[in-house]
Amino acid sequence: MSKRRFFSGRNFVIAMPNLWLILFFMVPFLVVLKISLAEPRIAIPPYSPLWEWVNGELKWSLNFGNYSYMWEDSLYINAYLSSIKVAAISTLLALFIGYPMAYYIARSPEPRRSILLLLVVLPFWTSFLLRVYAWIGILKTKGILNEVLLWSGIIDEPLIIMQTDVAVYIGIVYTYLPFLILPLYANLVKLDDTLLEASYDLGASRISSFFRITLPLSWPGIVAGSMLVFIPVIGEFVIPTLLGGPDTLMIGKVLWGEYFSNRDWPVASAVAMVMLVVMIIPIMILRSAQNKGAEI
Amino acid sequence: MSEHLLAAEAKPWRDETAKPFVRIKGITKKFGDLAAVDDVSLDIYQGELFCLLGGSGCGKSTLLRMLAGFETPTMGSIEIDGQEMSGVGANLRPTNMMFQSYALFPHMSVEKNVAYGLLREGVSKPEAISRTEDMLSLVKLDGFAKRKPHQLSGGQQQRVALARSLIKQPKLLLLDEPLGALDKKLREETQFELIRIQEDLGVTFIVVTHDQEEAMTLSTRIGVMDAGKIVQVGEPRQIYEDPNSKYVADFIGSVNIFDGEVDAAAPDMMRVNTGSGPIMCAPVEGLTANQKLHIAVRPERIHLSRTKVEAANALQGTVDEVAYMGNLSVYRVRLADGRCLKVTAANGLHEENPITWDEEVHISWSAAASTVLTQ
Amino acid sequence: MKLRFTPVMALFGFVFLYGPIVSLVVYSFNKSKLVTVWGGWSTKWYVELFQNDQIMSAAWLSLKIGVIAASVATVLGTMMAMVLVRFKRVRAKAAMTGMVTAPLVMPDVIIGLSLLLLFVAMEGMFGWPAGRGLTTILIAHITFCMAFVTVVVQSRLSDMDDSIEEAALDLGASPTRVFFDITLPMIAPALISGWLLAFTLSLDDLVISSFVSGPGATTLPMVIFSKVRLGVSPDINALASLIVLAVSIGIIISAILMRKKSK
Repeated sequence: MSKRRFFSGRNFVIAMPNLWLILFFMVPFLVVLKISLAEPRIAIPPYSPLWEWVNGELKWSLNFGNYSYMWEDSLYINAYLSSIKVAAISTLLALFIGYPMAYYIARSPEPRRSILLLLVVLPFWTSFLLRVYAWIGILKTKGILNEVLLWSGIIDEPLIIMQTDVAVYIGIVYTYLPFLILPLYANLVKLDDTLLEASYDLGASRISSFFRITLPLSWPGIVAGSMLVFIPVIGEFVIPTLLGGPDTLMIGKVLWGEYFSNRDWPVASAVAMVMLVVMIIPIMILRSAQNKGAEI
Repeated sequence: MSEHLLAAEAKPWRDETAKPFVRIKGITKKFGDLAAVDDVSLDIYQGELFCLLGGSGCGKSTLLRMLAGFETPTMGSIEIDGQEMSGVGANLRPTNMMFQSYALFPHMSVEKNVAYGLLREGVSKPEAISRTEDMLSLVKLDGFAKRKPHQLSGGQQQRVALARSLIKQPKLLLLDEPLGALDKKLREETQFELIRIQEDLGVTFIVVTHDQEEAMTLSTRIGVMDAGKIVQVGEPRQIYEDPNSKYVADFIGSVNIFDGEVDAAAPDMMRVNTGSGPIMCAPVEGLTANQKLHIAVRPERIHLSRTKVEAANALQGTVDEVAYMGNLSVYRVRLADGRCLKVTAANGLHEENPITWDEEVHISWSAAASTVLTQ
Repeated sequence: MKLRFTPVMALFGFVFLYGPIVSLVVYSFNKSKLVTVWGGWSTKWYVELFQNDQIMSAAWLSLKIGVIAASVATVLGTMMAMVLVRFKRVRAKAAMTGMVTAPLVMPDVIIGLSLLLLFVAMEGMFGWPAGRGLTTILIAHITFCMAFVTVVVQSRLSDMDDSIEEAALDLGASPTRVFFDITLPMIAPALISGWLLAFTLSLDDLVISSFVSGPGATTLPMVIFSKVRLGVSPDINALASLIVLAVSIGIIISAILMRKKSK
């Protein structure tokens, strides 16, 4: 057996993807941490080094100023809170729309079920950027929605949706809906029909059976799907930028601005580090749902 | 027909000087704290059709997988034909396995499935194809070479799996519940097929099964397993007539079990006091007075009649249930103390006045028919 | 017909999902630039699209990056999936699983910023990567796409009956042989889905590319984004319609192939 050799084929297969991920996914976080503890400089690169050799001695300069700056300026705290709020509301909205869809598809007989699944997945394969762009044309003051509503007499004045939080919610739910539906569907489709039959047989109504049997059993799928929406939405940039207004405060926009507009790498890094910390709890929730058998 | 003497006839396990083909010594397999196989030692001789018999979770499949090389023992050693197997990977062992799910390669034809092992050995393609044809004839699947597994019935798939595992002429063939997925009639036919093939080719078979009838039909010897341990090893007759424990007696065939205490010891009879009265049995060495033990009596050894019969053990009872099974009838007889005994009797042709429900009957059996079980 | 809650909600959901796409396609044929005015049917925006060098070269670049990144990501992702599902006696599997799950939910801004900072630091220490552009975008895309491929392949692998691979091993095939003879053909559909998924994600990525790209390497999403920030632009609608068409054809073809296979 070749398992005694260090440079065996098996070890190569284990090493390659792991080394790649460690180098290009994990190590970058350390770099972000390091730079979050630096000061901005007019230099290339535009930050101070973490350690220097001064007269043969290693000198550390850890600067926590970026973090205290973030703490003091209410912009950042508000942005974090606002991002969490938006993520939470979007997740709930997505659940409200997505659960019935997933349920309906899971309960459909073939071939309808496969076709419906295909239909859910198809938009996902088209560019997400372009689909968000489509909403610009629909939601703006002189857009399709207002045209239809005005023309049919439902409203007198055009609705101001574009560049408000409402537009952002619509955009987020629209984009992330497949991410919620798919794990939920995977879970619902595995539910044993005979459990529901047993419930009816014992005298429970359809509604009661749903809340007592189906809903609790689909819980891991609900959690997995929700986390797949909640976590990335916290750091969303494109949708708030295209559909939201200057009032739409999200931490993804803040980070982008710190890097591209302010050219302040250390603060951008500090913003990223805090974002990571904020996401730890939802990530742990996702992992525990995975362990309970939810399929992403 | 093979030239060597069949193991079933030669019975090498009875010969002290015979060298075992497979030596399993002190094998233990732990998953975490749980010992799936617990200190098992077993010798199996060449040409045997050895069955590992037990209920789910008894460790028989784990033991088989360790022989095949898919699991590594936590402790102990396995020798096949004198060769130590530890460290030898599954693909390098002189064993082949027939899987419970058949595990046929779905994207390959029957021919490619069966020839696969030969090609891996380095056999030339023409020779592999020719040997595959012969093997398919042996398992009565001529003409099926180009079909794909999903086009075959369950029984046909099973024969492909068998052909594939035999074609390399392994020293040891391991079969994991080979007949489990077949319906009863097919199972009976296939059982005899299996024996025929095994005797023709002279390959040593180790079969894992939970079906005791199957084990009794197929085996030269049976190893009964419970909770990771081997409880009894012996020829089918021994296992059936001389079980060494209540577990084995109960597992194989039907049995009536009495719990009782040793009473008086006499030269050729022994008395055990049970809840249903004293039972006489053949004497057993090494028992003490008032020792607790079980008595096992097989239903077919109990005689049922309307009139009293002289016998070492004679009791009276009422017929609670009768089940007519064609070749025999199964009676449930309720005794005075309320307990029920299972009695079977062969049916004669056109019985005029068969014993029926609620009749008062006499049941009796000899002392020799009472098997003493100390565990 | 009884109006049941679930089918109605489901219908609403599908209308919600497809409405915007339909609007994109319809307005790509609107002669007028304004959404509020229907100027009649016209294909002039398609003509303009193909004459736009900036968009065309960005599209070509994105396609190149997509194919390369998807292919490498598929290989690495499949390796990881095999390690997680099939390899026994591997330590730290839980840590590896965590490392694979994280990119799936990590916001793009964090992935983009962290990789950029890494590249800058590496350039400072080793001189490589020299400047940012195609290479850095490739590395970034491979990294986050790999995680998605792993999830797809892992799911198929764990559903598969592994006794078939054991049978091949039992018949004398080496583990490498088993992978190429047995495993690979059986997971082929998952590999294809994984590749397509990686390709789509790479093609569609805006934020990460913006962070790690450099002069001369402008991807299609970057071009689209800069145009679209300024408002509606019908040549973008034309582009969108073409993409929708391509995807639809692709899906229909694959659906037909799948039906044929199962017959």
